[in-house]
Amino acid sequence: MSASTTTPATAPATRPRRRVTGVAVTAWVLGLVFCFPALWMVLTSFHAESDAATNPPSFAASLTLDGYRTFFGGGGGPTPWPPLVNSLTASFFSTVLVLLLALPAAYALSIRRVRKWTDVLFFFLSTKMLPVVAGLLPIYLFARNTGLLDNIWLLVLLYTSMNLPIAVWMMQSFLSDVPVSIIEAAQVDGARLPTVLSRVVAPVAAPGIAATALICFIFSWNELLFARVLTGVVASTAPVHLTTFVTSQGLFLAQLCAASVVVSLPVLAAGYAAQDKLVQGLSLGAVK
Amino acid sequence: MTTSTAPAKAPRPPAPVPPAATRGSKAKAWATRAPLLPALVFLVVVTQLPFVATLVLSLFDWNSLSPEKRHFTGLSNYASVFTDAALRDAVITTVILTASVVLVSVALGLGFALLLNRRFFGRGMVRTLLITPFLLVPVSAALLWKHALYNPEYGLFNGALNWFGSLFGIEKVVQPDWMSSMPLAAVVAALVWQWTPFMMLILLAGLQSRPDDMMEAARIDGAGRWQMFAFMTLPHLRRYLELGILLGSVYIVQNFDAVFTLTSGGLGTANLPYTVYETFYRAHEYGLASAVGVVAVIGTVLIATVALRVVSSLFREEASRA
Repeated sequence: MSASTTTPATAPATRPRRRVTGVAVTAWVLGLVFCFPALWMVLTSFHAESDAATNPPSFAASLTLDGYRTFFGGGGGPTPWPPLVNSLTASFFSTVLVLLLALPAAYALSIRRVRKWTDVLFFFLSTKMLPVVAGLLPIYLFARNTGLLDNIWLLVLLYTSMNLPIAVWMMQSFLSDVPVSIIEAAQVDGARLPTVLSRVVAPVAAPGIAATALICFIFSWNELLFARVLTGVVASTAPVHLTTFVTSQGLFLAQLCAASVVVSLPVLAAGYAAQDKLVQGLSLGAVK
Repeated sequence: MTTSTAPAKAPRPPAPVPPAATRGSKAKAWATRAPLLPALVFLVVVTQLPFVATLVLSLFDWNSLSPEKRHFTGLSNYASVFTDAALRDAVITTVILTASVVLVSVALGLGFALLLNRRFFGRGMVRTLLITPFLLVPVSAALLWKHALYNPEYGLFNGALNWFGSLFGIEKVVQPDWMSSMPLAAVVAALVWQWTPFMMLILLAGLQSRPDDMMEAARIDGAGRWQMFAFMTLPHLRRYLELGILLGSVYIVQNFDAVFTLTSGGLGTANLPYTVYETFYRAHEYGLASAVGVVAVIGTVLIATVALRVVSSLFREEASRA
C-alpha cells in the first residue's frame, strides 16, 4: 500500500506522492471527525459522572469503570442481564430458524432451480418492503388473545420473518457462486445429495452463509418497535431496556454511554466480522 | 428432505421442466419445489396475513377503551388521515425526513466513497472508522445524540463551542438548545450520521466495479479529473446511486427508533410509523391506526416498486455477466 506502487512509471515521482499524502491526511481527518461521536461515547463511558457532564468537555479526566458498574446494577438499580439474555435468545434462535428456512429455499433458487425462480426471488424481496407497521396491530391483538404477549418466542418468530427475505437473497447469490460443473462431477462419481451438500456446496458457500447469519443477528439485535409493543416485564430486550434512558435522570451520562457501548458491542463485533459481505447483504444481494 | 430421492438421476439444474405434464415429471417438479415451501408458507402467514387483517381493521371505528361501540365505517378513517391536521403533518414530516436524510447521506457517502477508492496509508482503518456509526444499535446512537451531543448544558456540541470560544478569549459563546430550536434538523442529522456509511458502502462497491481499462483510456485521451468524474464515473455510478437512494428511502420511511428516542414524536417530528404506534399504543384508536398503517404501506410500495426495478436490472446484469 505504499505510495510508490501507485506511481505510474511515466509520471514524475514527487507529485503523485504528495497528492497521495494529501488524500491520506484528508481521509484520516474526515474519518476521525465523522467517527468522533462514537469515540466520545467510549471515552465518556470510562469517565466519572461528574467529569462526563462538564462544559467545556474534560477530555483528559481520569478513567474509571464506575459507569459500567452502575449500568450492571452496582448502585442498586435494575440489572440489565435479563434484557441482554432476551436479546441474545431472540437474535440467536431467529438466526438459526432463518438459516433452516432460507438454505433449502436458496438451494431451490440457485442450484436445483424451480421454474420462474426469479419471480419467486422477487416475491421474497417484496415482503421485505412491507413496513413493520403494516401488521403491527393484528399481531398485537393475536398475541394478546393467545397469551403470547411478553413472550420472547413470539419475537423469535417475528424476527425470523423480518430477516428471511434478506437471507434468501444473500444465500441465493452465494450458492449461485458454486460452479454447477463441480456438483455434476461429484454426482457422476456417485455422490448422493447429503455428500454433495456437505463436501462440495458447503465449503464454497460457508463464508457467505456465515456473513448472512451475522447480518440477520444484527438486525434482530437492533429491533425496537416490535419489542417495545409486544414485550413488557419478562421478555423486554436490550434496546427496550435502553429506552429507560430516553428521559434524563440527573448525572447519568457515563452510565448511558457505558450502556450504549455494552449493547452495541455484539453488533460492532458481528459487523466488523461481516464487513466484506455487509454491502451485499444490505443491498439485498444486488451489489457484489 | 424429499429431494434426497432424486440425486442419482442426471442433474440439469437450470433446464426447464418439459411441458409434457406426465405423472413422473409432476412429482419431480414438486420435489424441486419442496425445499422452497417452508420459507414461502412461513412468510405468507407471518407477514401477508397480518397486513390483510390491518386492511380489514382500517374499515372499522374501534377504540379499545370502548370496545362495545366498534362498528363498520367504510373509508372514513382514511378521510380522517388526510383531513386531520396532525395526521396530515405526519405524512408531510415523513416525506421531508426521508428525503433530506437520504439526499444528505448520499452526498456525504459519495464523498467518502471517492476518498476511500484512492490508495493511501491506513485505508482499511479509515474505512472501519467510517462504518462504525452504522454499527451502533439505533437506539443507543439516538441516545448518544440526544444526551451526549445535543444537551444544551453539557452536550459535546455546546461544549466544543465553548472550548473554541475560550481559545479566542470569548467569554459568552452562543449555546443553542439544538433539539428545541431545530427538532427536525436534529433528527435528520442523527439519522444522516448513521446512514452515510450505508450509502458509502454501496457507492464504494459501484466505484470498484468501474472498468479500469476505460478509465485508463480516458486518461490517455487527455480527459481531466473533473471530466472523468462527470462523464465516466457518475454515469457508471448512476444505478448504484439509485439503489442507495431507493433502499435508503425504504428503510428510512419505516424509521421508528430515532423519532421515538430523540423527540418522542414531539415538536413536529412524528412520522408515519411513530404516529401508528402513538395512535394504537397510546390513544387506542385501532381503526384509525390501521388506516395510517395502510397509508404508510402505500407510500413504501410506491418507492419499493421503483427500488425492485433497479435491483432487478442490476441482478440481470450480474446474471448475464456470470
